[in-house]
Amino acid sequence: MRLRHVLRSPLARLISRRLAIGLLTIFLVTVLVFVATEVLPGDAARVALGRGANETALAALRARLHLDAPVPIRYARWLADLCTGHLGTSLVNGQPVGSLIAPRVAKSAILLGLTSIIGIPLSIAAGIVASLRRGRRLDRVLSTAALLIAALPEFVVGIGLILVFATVVLRWLPPVSMIPPGASAFSKPKILVLPVATLLLVIFPYVFRMTRVAMIDVLDSEFMEMAALKGLSRWRLVMVHALPNAISPTIQVVALTFAYLAGGTVMVEYLFGYAGLGQGLMQAIEARDIPIIQGIVLLLATVYVLLNVGADVASILVTPRLREGAGLWQAS
Amino acid sequence: MAGLVTMTPPDSALETSSGKGEGALRRWLRAFFTDAGARWGAGLTLAVLALVAVGPLIAPYSSIDFIGTPFEAPSSYAPLGTDIVGRDVLSRVLSGGTAILSLSTVATLLGVMAGGMLGIGAGYFKGMVDDMIMRTLDVLLAFPQTILALLFVSVLGTSFVLIAVLVAAIHAPQVARVIRAAALRVADEDFVEYARCIGASPLRIMLREIAPNVIGPLLVELGLRFTYSIALIAGLSFLGLAQEPPAPNWGLMLNENRIGLLENPWPVVVPVLLIAILTVGVNLLTDAYGRWITHGAPRSAIDTSPSVGEPL
Repeated sequence: MRLRHVLRSPLARLISRRLAIGLLTIFLVTVLVFVATEVLPGDAARVALGRGANETALAALRARLHLDAPVPIRYARWLADLCTGHLGTSLVNGQPVGSLIAPRVAKSAILLGLTSIIGIPLSIAAGIVASLRRGRRLDRVLSTAALLIAALPEFVVGIGLILVFATVVLRWLPPVSMIPPGASAFSKPKILVLPVATLLLVIFPYVFRMTRVAMIDVLDSEFMEMAALKGLSRWRLVMVHALPNAISPTIQVVALTFAYLAGGTVMVEYLFGYAGLGQGLMQAIEARDIPIIQGIVLLLATVYVLLNVGADVASILVTPRLREGAGLWQAS
Repeated sequence: MAGLVTMTPPDSALETSSGKGEGALRRWLRAFFTDAGARWGAGLTLAVLALVAVGPLIAPYSSIDFIGTPFEAPSSYAPLGTDIVGRDVLSRVLSGGTAILSLSTVATLLGVMAGGMLGIGAGYFKGMVDDMIMRTLDVLLAFPQTILALLFVSVLGTSFVLIAVLVAAIHAPQVARVIRAAALRVADEDFVEYARCIGASPLRIMLREIAPNVIGPLLVELGLRFTYSIALIAGLSFLGLAQEPPAPNWGLMLNENRIGLLENPWPVVVPVLLIAILTVGVNLLTDAYGRWITHGAPRSAIDTSPSVGEPL
């Protein structure tokens, strides 16, 4: 009976609506991926094999890709395969897509994991410090840095770091992050420094600014003045009274940052030659290996959508005010 | 965003300090550029724009001619040295911004116009229309836009029209959200009601009554979206998906020449600096303008200017 009560609450309705929008979005993403890779290029077999392909090879590939059936039926078949975990095989080397992607997932996860473990606490801390020293020099330096870095595309940040730390100015770090086949990403930890530093700089402005603004909002509120008048210590004021109230927008921006990272790694991995999902996508694009392109795009897109939904659900749960509000997809 | 449509009383200091013969636009500019961020932003942006506009005319060589051996260091005939196949880096830098800049401009204008119309429409009609537009946008905003743009460009080939439309489609929902919020506040104003009463058509009301009153947020969006367009289009160029070699293109130049960093770093250093200066400049300008309209700008300095009617 309690469960039924919970499910009927407006909060649960709001959350389930978010989840429904998420599912709908993932469904539409599969349609778009299918259209982009299987319908629009015309003859996918010819695209894959190139212009000089002979007719027997083309016919064989067409049969393998079921190109002779009508589009909706092909889509249904393709979707059914996806849902049962059959991602197809690479057109380049015939290996199953799943087993080709899996090691790349692990490598991208290492990059993203390191970035968030180091970057998010650091940016939140910087935001708190800046809010406490608002208008002072430290705040101005951090805010200006955030404003400048936020404008820079990720590959510009990465190339800047390569120029300074790996080639022209200093030569402390390797400019490329190649991992020998079969080796772990941690076998040469030095190669991780620049890609992680790039991603760190890219996410810093968003998390920093959101934390700073949210903290300033709370610090300016009347209840904080009240708490200060009661004579509470500064540490207690900030950590116990201000931070929990400022954390909701921060949680949302953190989740959106993860979502951004799902796409933003493409550029950074490609730049450093780091064998993650993003670089795999670029290689598949160059080789016109459609099943791999589909697999990676769908994976990245699903992660992105889920994180977006997660960001919404988290902020609905954390903020009472938002339980009544409707749309809150954050514009990037 | 509060105060976007409020008519702040004219800034008296500004009003008295400026001479009668001075144009309203000039006074507005003078007030706006007291902000250091605005000055820096405008300076940086204009510097790159000027270079892109004049560059192709003053380039010493054709951007695709071979003038020396690969990765030569700077010399008397090639001030920035040569690139990976021995072309003049300076000439390629001078003509390398045209595609990125024109594509970004077209994509941004398309996206902001489409998004602005959707947002104003949703804010004006409210009810069902608003619901339908906003629900569709919710779904569009949840799309992993960059990845899908990458997918379409890579599969369909490099075409300027495709890239412009894709980037515009990425912008439109985000612009629409912001503009809808601003339009909702204007839609209940008396002058909108008045226009409706005298029988103005919805389109006319949206364009003549509401649009001018959401111009502030619209311009902020224009700036934000322009920065993002440049980043995305330069990024696509860097990935080799926007233009084919041997086209001169800053993004493509970075990719082609990064293996020669130790021999001649200039074909990488100069384009990357130019992209950085451009994006930072536009961002500073947008930021300053956003601050200006939220902190109750003396907008009415234009409206009440004694020189209204004079050519600006």
